[in-house]
Amino acid sequence: MISLPPLTGDISVSVNKSAQKTAPVRRPVEAVGRYFMHHAQRTLRNHTWSEFEKIQASQNVKRVDESVDPDEALLDDELADESLLEHDPRDWKTADLYAAMGLSKLRYRATDTQIVKAHRKQVLKHHPDKKSASGGLEQDGFFKIIQKAYEVLTDSTKRAQYDSCDYNAEVPPPKKGSAYDFFEAWGPVFDSEARFSKKKPVPGLGGPDASKEDVEKFYNFWHRFDSWRTFEFADEEVPDDSSNRDHKRYIERKNKAARDKKKTADNSRLAKLIERASSEDPRIKSFKDNEKKEKERKKWEREAGARAEAEAKAKADAEAKAKAETDAAAAANAKVDKKKAKEAAKAAKKKNKRAVRSAPEAAGYFGDADKSATIDEQVGLIVDTVDDEQLVALAESIKADAKAALQEIAQKLVESKKLPASLLSYFA
Amino acid sequence: MSPIVGIAFGNTTSSIAYVNPKNDVDVIANPDGERTIPSVLSYVGEDEYHGGQALQQIVRNPKNTIVNFRDFLGLSYSECDLSKCTTGAPVVEIGGKAGFVVTRADGRQEQLTVDEVVSRHLNQLKRAAEDYIGQELSETVISVPTNFTDAQKDALRACAKKIGLNIIQLINEPSAALLAHTEAFPFKDDCNVVVADFGGVRSDAAVIAIRNGIFTLLATSHDSKLGGDSLDAELVEFYAKDFEKKTKSNPRTNAKSMAKLRANAELTKKTLSNVTTATISIDSLADGFDYHTSINRLRYELVANKVLSKFAQFIEGVIAKAELDPLDINGVVLCGGSSFTPKLSSNLEYLLPESVAILGPQSKEASNNPNELLACGAALQAQLLSNYDADELAQALEPVVINTQHIKKAIGLVDAEGNFVPVLLPETSFPVKKNLTLKNAKGDFLVGVYEGDHHIKETVAEPAAKEADDDESDWSDEDDEPEILREKLYTLGTKLMELGVKGAQGLEISFNLNGAGALRVTARDLKTGQIVKGDL
Repeated sequence: MISLPPLTGDISVSVNKSAQKTAPVRRPVEAVGRYFMHHAQRTLRNHTWSEFEKIQASQNVKRVDESVDPDEALLDDELADESLLEHDPRDWKTADLYAAMGLSKLRYRATDTQIVKAHRKQVLKHHPDKKSASGGLEQDGFFKIIQKAYEVLTDSTKRAQYDSCDYNAEVPPPKKGSAYDFFEAWGPVFDSEARFSKKKPVPGLGGPDASKEDVEKFYNFWHRFDSWRTFEFADEEVPDDSSNRDHKRYIERKNKAARDKKKTADNSRLAKLIERASSEDPRIKSFKDNEKKEKERKKWEREAGARAEAEAKAKADAEAKAKAETDAAAAANAKVDKKKAKEAAKAAKKKNKRAVRSAPEAAGYFGDADKSATIDEQVGLIVDTVDDEQLVALAESIKADAKAALQEIAQKLVESKKLPASLLSYFA
Repeated sequence: MSPIVGIAFGNTTSSIAYVNPKNDVDVIANPDGERTIPSVLSYVGEDEYHGGQALQQIVRNPKNTIVNFRDFLGLSYSECDLSKCTTGAPVVEIGGKAGFVVTRADGRQEQLTVDEVVSRHLNQLKRAAEDYIGQELSETVISVPTNFTDAQKDALRACAKKIGLNIIQLINEPSAALLAHTEAFPFKDDCNVVVADFGGVRSDAAVIAIRNGIFTLLATSHDSKLGGDSLDAELVEFYAKDFEKKTKSNPRTNAKSMAKLRANAELTKKTLSNVTTATISIDSLADGFDYHTSINRLRYELVANKVLSKFAQFIEGVIAKAELDPLDINGVVLCGGSSFTPKLSSNLEYLLPESVAILGPQSKEASNNPNELLACGAALQAQLLSNYDADELAQALEPVVINTQHIKKAIGLVDAEGNFVPVLLPETSFPVKKNLTLKNAKGDFLVGVYEGDHHIKETVAEPAAKEADDDESDWSDEDDEPEILREKLYTLGTKLMELGVKGAQGLEISFNLNGAGALRVTARDLKTGQIVKGDL
């Protein structure tokens, strides 16, 4: 570190423009080492120093990320529970062994390598030699707990027993009646309970939009949960000496009874937990609602045939009815019309008959007034004999020439043998 | 992908190294467990022996044992120094080049050119490495002496190609050694070092300037007659005289006796590097006489004193060749098998000023295996190159990149006492950027940038006043010559620029010399980030 001379004048920047630097020499550099490669990169890619430094920095960051042990971050930096330092090592069973090992964040999730690493770290920190060297009291109580913890956690059987009774790792279910997000609150509960499962993998709670199948699978799994949880860790110490065998057996029996009791209690606890969870599960509720709706919809669909039939029938009935009504009305009308027509026809016939009968008279009996009686008689015959059509035609034609029309019709009648010619002698 | 190995191919021994997946440099042992594998090939009938096994053959089967062949590679027969191969198979001329004739089974003569011998040797090395790593090898970095000509390099490339090894780079031996050294023991600042490679039959030395991690060769020196064999020869002569005195029989007349003595002398030399006494016992050395004697290190050092002092002179020579003063040198990196000799280091310590660190196997700040440095350096370079593709590497090795400008005189600052403090030392290649952080600089300052000259100041120290009543120490102080104190001093040269900084709270001064030789000095306030800069 050098010290610079103090500023005497009022100089900001003064460059000696006339200064001639000694001429440089050109020589080869040795093409080895990373610094040369950096130099080559800078030269070839025309990087400025700041650009190059940026690239280097980003590469270094990557390298550092790679070199950091990911396990290291998971271990505790500080002792989770300071009171452990004063914990009596004879009561090590009541101490939180994971916290003593600096694994309070990982607990049952800690892998064997993590346990070894954590132990090494704790030993380096808490070894009695280290403590006394730094002038601390020569108390190795906590170190004994660490060693005990290491012994327990590295033995798979002992660790399983300890994990079974590690109530610190338990996640309590949400309080009844409080407002909470079902998935946020229950997810960790099931995750922590899942550690006791003999069957792996354990299905996850899933999210709010999990399929019904998954949800059913989940609850089926938990209803049939097979737990390896044991409660040997909490056993009362069995006296080791063989002096009092009866007493020993008594203790063993007591322990077994206590274990069974705890196991039963734990099973029923879990059963209740699942009961509660399933009753509060919004997905199950929504599935039930959906099911109900679906049922109704199905019913609706199922009845669709009958309904259509009935509708068709009703429609047909209505149509038939309407038709009948209109028919009846039409018939009545027709009747009236017919009657009217009949009457009209009758009236027209009458009129025509009258017109025909009166025609000879109007024509002055065609100059044969003496034979008027015969003419009238014979015309009367014609009128009575001709049919309606002939009558109408006759009534028409008679207006022009009564005698010719009568003669024509008389001839027709004779020809059609309706009347004998004798009776129509006048018009023959 | 198979790793790229580094090979140090020497006259006497060769080594292979690679950077293992754990990122450590592994020097690979051959199936016999040798990490420094003798560069020897020997033929017995149809069998080919290599390494230590071949070396053993030199006593009984010298005519079919090929030694010291590397330096013949790529040279014409007339250029070869044949005196090196007196102990092994004789050198013959094959097609204008050096070669060897060996007798195989049924008296069949086989002519081997040097190229062929080198190929076979490299193939043996390659096989050893493949067995060790468990993967096929196809690429390598090989270290070669600085005086290898292009023809020799091409010949080496061709030899390697023949056995399916692609040489991606040939690097200079001193650079390889220095690379391996700096990787393990980085130098804090820029410095000048001598890399001395004392091998079996030749010695090489180079003065290298390290500036920002970039090496520049300032001078090289070679001595093809000086090496471990010279030490052996002294020891052999000593033993021969001793034997003659004891038995009145001359072992020098018998080549086999000499071969036996030489092998044992070499062993003794190696033993004496580690312990202080060594015994030698040879059955039937000459005329049926056995030879048994022991030698201690002091005796050996006396015997070999002449050669050992040559080593030291050799280093002085190369420093002079670089036009530098020993005071300009910050360290001597020793490599090669002969640098195990403790006396070599102590001689150098005595000869060179105290400021020069002797980085040999005796030093804490250097590798314990100087004979593995070359291979390690080549392996490190190989690993580095594995991150770059071939195009990039080819571009990086263009003369445009390699030939760079070097400043001739130091550029630096003037401190509160008016003395020059160099920031960019002479022989710094540019473009370069160097930062200087002054955390304690608080207040107003003048940043004076100068070019500096340096010179060696010699002062004659007054002999210390003798303590009259200290009789016992008289004998040592009696013939005291006036002590000359030598110092390396800088004087201020041309003023380049001055920057005024006001109210600084910690300064970072950066010197940026770009490719065109324009100097920019920037003074940045560490707190406020305020910048004062001057361009020249």
